[in-house]
Amino acid sequence: MSQTLVRRIYVWDIPVRVYHWLNFLAITALAVTGFLIGDPPAFQTTGEAYTHYWFGTVRFVHFAAAFIFIFNFIFRIYWGFGGNKYASWRGFIPHSKAQLREILDVLKLDVLQRKGSPLISIGHNALAGLTYFISFLVFLFQAATGLALYSKMSGWFFAKWFAWIVPFMGGDEAVRQWHHVMLWFFVLFAMVHVYLVFYHDYVEGRGVISSMAGGWKFIEDEGRK
Amino acid sequence: MDNGPVTVYEHAMMKGYSRRDFIRMCTWLGALMGVEASGVGRIVKAMEVKRRIPVVWFHFQECTCCSESFIRSSHPMVADILLDKISLDYTETLQAAAGYQAEEALHQTMKNNYGEYLMLVEGSVPTAHNGVYCCIGGRSALDIVKEAAAGAKAIVAWGSCASNGCIQSSRPNPTSATPIHKIIKDKTIIKVPGCPPIGEVMAGTIVYLLTFDRLPELDSTGRPKAFYSRRVHDTCYRRPNYDAGLFVESFDDENARKGYCLYKMGCRGPVTYNACAVTKWNDGVSYPIQSGHPCIGCSEAGFWDNGPFYQHLASFPGFGIESTADTVGEVAAAVTAAGIVAHSVVTNIRKNKLHPNARPETEKTNESEGTK
Repeated sequence: MSQTLVRRIYVWDIPVRVYHWLNFLAITALAVTGFLIGDPPAFQTTGEAYTHYWFGTVRFVHFAAAFIFIFNFIFRIYWGFGGNKYASWRGFIPHSKAQLREILDVLKLDVLQRKGSPLISIGHNALAGLTYFISFLVFLFQAATGLALYSKMSGWFFAKWFAWIVPFMGGDEAVRQWHHVMLWFFVLFAMVHVYLVFYHDYVEGRGVISSMAGGWKFIEDEGRK
Repeated sequence: MDNGPVTVYEHAMMKGYSRRDFIRMCTWLGALMGVEASGVGRIVKAMEVKRRIPVVWFHFQECTCCSESFIRSSHPMVADILLDKISLDYTETLQAAAGYQAEEALHQTMKNNYGEYLMLVEGSVPTAHNGVYCCIGGRSALDIVKEAAAGAKAIVAWGSCASNGCIQSSRPNPTSATPIHKIIKDKTIIKVPGCPPIGEVMAGTIVYLLTFDRLPELDSTGRPKAFYSRRVHDTCYRRPNYDAGLFVESFDDENARKGYCLYKMGCRGPVTYNACAVTKWNDGVSYPIQSGHPCIGCSEAGFWDNGPFYQHLASFPGFGIESTADTVGEVAAAVTAAGIVAHSVVTNIRKNKLHPNARPETEKTNESEGTK
C-alpha cells in the first residue's frame, strides 16, 4: 500500500517551549533597547531634565531583559542534561560521524538545493543544532561582556565576577564595541531562523512552526531510515 | 643629590610657611586622596618626621604635558614642597644640572639609595631596533628604565604614555612604543593615566606614597582607586540629561546650547575612569564636558585607536575610517536578506523535485517511494 502513514511525535517538551518564547521576548527587548542605547534619537524638548527619564527606562529594560535572558539560558543548559532526547546537548554538539554526515547532507539538500533523499531528523537536524550551539557561544559572549560593562554600576557579586573582562579586552570601549557587533549576530540569526522554519514547513509539511507552540511534529513513517 | 635628613615640614618652615598653612595643605591632600578625617593626622605626622624620599623622574617618549600639569597643581605648596623639595634628584626638564653632572646625580641617587628611591616615569619606551628611538646620555630608554627599576622602592607611570603607550603606540606604532608595565614585570607599577593626568591626582599619588609608605589601593588595571574608580559619566553634571534622553546632535544645535548630554557626539565619559568631573582642571575651573566638548577618554588604554572621537561607536577595523559596526551589520543583513529571497525563489521553482512527498496527500503515489 502506497499510502504514507503520518505519525505525530511529541518533540519539544514544555520547558523547551517556554525557554524558546522567553528567549524570543528577551532577545527582542534586548535588541531594540540595544540599538536605542547605541544610537538614541535626540528629541527637542522644552522640559527640564528632571521631568524625563526615557533613556534611563530604556537602559532599565535592557538590564532587566538581560537578566531574564541569562537565567533562562542557564536553565536551558541544565535542560540539555535533564530534558528529553530532543532537548539534549547531544543534538547541539556534533560528536558522531552520522551527525557530521548529516551536516554535509543538509548543506547539499537544503542550502545548495542539490538532489538527494529527504532528511528526516525529528528534532533539530545536525546543522541546525550546530548553529544553535554557535549561537549559545554568542549568548555567553553577550552575557559576559554585558555583565562586564554592567559590573561598574552594580554592587552585585554576580556582575562583579565579570569585571576582569574589561581589562582583558582592553577597556570599556573595546567591550562596548564587541557587545554591539554581536548584536548584529542576533539580527542575522533571527532572519535566517524565521525563514528556515517557514521553508521547512512549506517544503516538508511536518508542522515545524506549530511544533514550538504545541510540541508535536508530524513524521512520515515510511521515510524513516 | 640627597642632602641630609630633612623632612617636608622642616622644608615648609624654612620656606616661610606657617604651621597653619602646613596643616591646611595636609588636610587638603587628605581630602584629595579620599582618606578619612582621622587619617589627616597621619599625613601631618609623616610630613613632620619622615625623611624626604629621593625621587628620580624620567622623561622618555612624551610631550612633558604631565610635568606641566603637575607644576600647576592648584595648591601652591604642593608644587613648592613636592616638586622643589622632595629631593627630586633627577628630572631632565627641570634640573639645573646637565650632561655629565646630571648623569652623575642620577647614578649617585640610585647607588646611595638603592631600594629606597621613588621612580617616576613619564613617557613610553620604544623597544624596536634595540631602543634606538629614545636615547639619553648615550643609553637607550630601555636600558635606563630596567636599571632604575631594579633599585626603586616604588614605580609610578605618569600619564597615558607610560601607562598605556598613548599616541606613539597607536597603530601602526613604528617605534614599538611600550608602556612601563610591559617592560618591568616583577614590580607593581602605579599607573596614573591621562593626557595629561590631573595635577592634583599626581600630587595625591605621591603624597600617598610618602605618607603611608605603601602602595595605594589599585584597580584591576593598576590605577589608584582614589582617583580612577569612578567613570567620568557617573560623576558628570550632565548625567541627568543622559537619563532623560536629552542629547546634543551637533555642536551648533539648540541642545548643545542648553548643555545636554554629549553621548551622541562620541563622549567617552561612559567608558572612561578618571576624576575630571570631580576634581576638574586648573584649580577647579572646568573640565572638557563642562566646556562643551565630549570626553575623548584620554586615560583609557588605546584611546587613539578607538576613534573617531566624535562618533559613538569606534570605526570598525578593516572596513575603512567611517565604517562602524552598524555599517558592517547593515551590509551583512542586506546580503542575508538577498540570500533568503534567492533561496525562496529557487525553492519554489524546485519544490516538487526536492521533496516529492511534500505534495498534497491525495497525489501521493508509488513514485514517492521510488525516489528513496
